[in-house]
Amino acid sequence: MDQHQHVAIILPHPDDEAFGCSGTILQFREKDIPVTYLCGTLGEMGRNMGNPTFANRETLSEFRKKELQDACEALDIDLQMLGYRDKTLEFEDQDEVASHLKGILDDLQPSLVITFYPGHAVHPDHNAMGAAAIEAVRRFDEEKRPEVWAKAISHNRREVLGEPDIVKDVADYFNAKMKAIEAHRSQAEGMMSQFRKSPELQELNSEGQKLLRYEEFYKWDFTK
Amino acid sequence: MEMIQIDKVQEALDHLANKDVYVHLETTNGAYASHFNSNAYNVGAFIRNAKVRYKHAKIVGHETFRIGLKMDHGWVYAEGLTQWEVDDKGRLLMAGHDAEGRLMVALEISETPFEN
Repeated sequence: MDQHQHVAIILPHPDDEAFGCSGTILQFREKDIPVTYLCGTLGEMGRNMGNPTFANRETLSEFRKKELQDACEALDIDLQMLGYRDKTLEFEDQDEVASHLKGILDDLQPSLVITFYPGHAVHPDHNAMGAAAIEAVRRFDEEKRPEVWAKAISHNRREVLGEPDIVKDVADYFNAKMKAIEAHRSQAEGMMSQFRKSPELQELNSEGQKLLRYEEFYKWDFTK
Repeated sequence: MEMIQIDKVQEALDHLANKDVYVHLETTNGAYASHFNSNAYNVGAFIRNAKVRYKHAKIVGHETFRIGLKMDHGWVYAEGLTQWEVDDKGRLLMAGHDAEGRLMVALEISETPFEN
């Protein structure tokens, strides 16, 4: 990973970066590699309103924007907010979203893009953001095209996609990762309790914890 | 938000009757319902900034509440509301949450459009 000059993270929700790849981000930052988070929405339609609730549907976006800024500060990364609305990304024109992203990537010139694996990312916004991000990268000339690491979180990812190409044990960064997660105050407790209670995840030998410790990615193959 | 006091909410609903108002109506069990529990499946619907005019409105219930807005043609209905507030923009916001503070239903009424 030392060869990377600039990393762009393209995910749709404030907190996707913290849960999904903040250990990896911290690793890059430790090596002084710049990281920019292109965050698709402000998670305006999230269900978690804090516990006990402190947000409502109309104030949630303000809280989440601040939480996102705090998390990015904790991770020491740049932030660009893309301005889409939570839950609606899959209904946007994918071509337009890809063009939007391509314009930003042309400026950033990242050597690596991290996004969700379309079709294996569970939440419709995740799948749509991943598909648009990969389409944006596909439009680069081959010699200038950044690498793409795609994050799959579906239960059947290993059966369908095989073993991930990259598995990062982020145990050394765990405390800092938890700080990034906790920066998303309105979301953290609700999400963590879901991990704890899910019968599926308990059966999978506390996969919730494993998911947080091992950050897995599939390298996207543009020749296919 | 505060626990619903039925008289106060009725008063706020009455105040918005016979006016063009914008409604946000939503219910959801979350985008991860089936991911975390294979016996569940995801259910949700929302409509944001539906412009309606209702003739009268009524709130009914005890601890959890139902609200119906009667229009010239049809109804707006929400069930499971427990909390409310009139925010600093004068909008009537109501919602119901599960034990962990996750929103399950929301009904909001405003004389000005909600932000997109």
